[in-house]
Amino acid sequence: MSNEWPLWEIFIRGQHGMSHRHVGSLHAPDADMAVKNARDVYTRRNEGVSIWVVEAAKITASDPGDKDAFYEPSASKIYRHPTFFDIPDEVGSM
Amino acid sequence: MYAQMVKTAGAGVKSPDEMTDQERAFQARIDAGEKIEPKDWMPDDYRATLIRQMGQHAHSEVVGQLPEGNWITRAPTLERKAILLAKVQDEAGHGLYLYSAAETLGESRDELIRLLHEGKMKYSSIFNYPTLNWADIGAVGWLVDGAAIVNQVALQRTSYGPYSRAMVRICKEESFHARQGYAIMMKMAFGTPAQKAMAQDALNRMWYPCLMMFGPSDKDSVHSEQSMAWKIKIGTNDELRQKYVDQTIPQIEYLGLECPDKNLTWNEDRGHYDFSEPDWSEFFAVIKGNGPCNKERLAARQDAWNNGAWVRDGLLAHGRKKAARQMAAE
Repeated sequence: MSNEWPLWEIFIRGQHGMSHRHVGSLHAPDADMAVKNARDVYTRRNEGVSIWVVEAAKITASDPGDKDAFYEPSASKIYRHPTFFDIPDEVGSM
Repeated sequence: MYAQMVKTAGAGVKSPDEMTDQERAFQARIDAGEKIEPKDWMPDDYRATLIRQMGQHAHSEVVGQLPEGNWITRAPTLERKAILLAKVQDEAGHGLYLYSAAETLGESRDELIRLLHEGKMKYSSIFNYPTLNWADIGAVGWLVDGAAIVNQVALQRTSYGPYSRAMVRICKEESFHARQGYAIMMKMAFGTPAQKAMAQDALNRMWYPCLMMFGPSDKDSVHSEQSMAWKIKIGTNDELRQKYVDQTIPQIEYLGLECPDKNLTWNEDRGHYDFSEPDWSEFFAVIKGNGPCNKERLAARQDAWNNGAWVRDGLLAHGRKKAARQMAAE
């Protein structure tokens, strides 16, 4: 078995009501140490008030090769955007 | 530059006719300013060159802790000590960002470290020079980090997403490094005549090694073209060096110090300073392992790695035991 520490993906929530955001990754022997290391590596300048760590091997991601077909349903439905509809100026803001 | 003379893989720039459809589509994305992400298709040579460059960059950050770490215990005040400690800790962080970014290309951090320790990968030539006194710590922050900033600001626009994001983050932290160095230099240059002489001496010794950080002159730089086409390298060695000289000279003048280059003159026509090239034979000797501190630096890294093995292994064994216990309980 390899003696390399597993890789963890790090997510940080900043102070201004934002959601957790991926900031990078790091190696750590376990989840607790990953949180402590993430504090030192990614929040040295008040970047966050909450840290999530996820073992990189446990992440399932969409396939970039499929990206055109996979996101096509979204691309073809422009009426989902409010700007699709013309509302007369007299109506006021909507 | 923290990555010098990175050998670009492949046989040079291909014309669109010589490229496969996949390669053409890849180059078109780069030309359009799109970022390449880890799971996207990329030419093997692009991947190999990036691993080499980012690995060397990461190693430079880590080895770069040694010349400054040398002065943490001897900083003149508690405040300077705390600042230097924070600066050196940043360098460790920068190394980690870059190793993580390199790992997205499929090379493990442990493997990159092994290659460094076996002398098969390099780090920047600048860290093979000693820091002899406190003025050198000012000069390193100001001049060495200043040179790194010129290179890294350009690299924020690199085509590889994870590398670019690491550069953005690093650049934000890097200006603290340059400023704390310049603050040390101001204190000394405006201090007693003896302090000012120390500041001048530090500048004299650091100047040419800092110019070497950007790598050999463009006419001797054989690897650039393909890396530039891939936007792995942004700006030629000479362009970046010129930019660095132009921005540094006014800073030297403000300190009331003298640039050790007696040929330095403002060229009105070019709108740039003319300056002397460093002694390239010295540069190549340092790169080959014969600088003043090469052996000491590599030995310090190897010792840190080997002497820390029992801690890494112990923590991993503990982590595995805890995970197994948790699994059994579920």
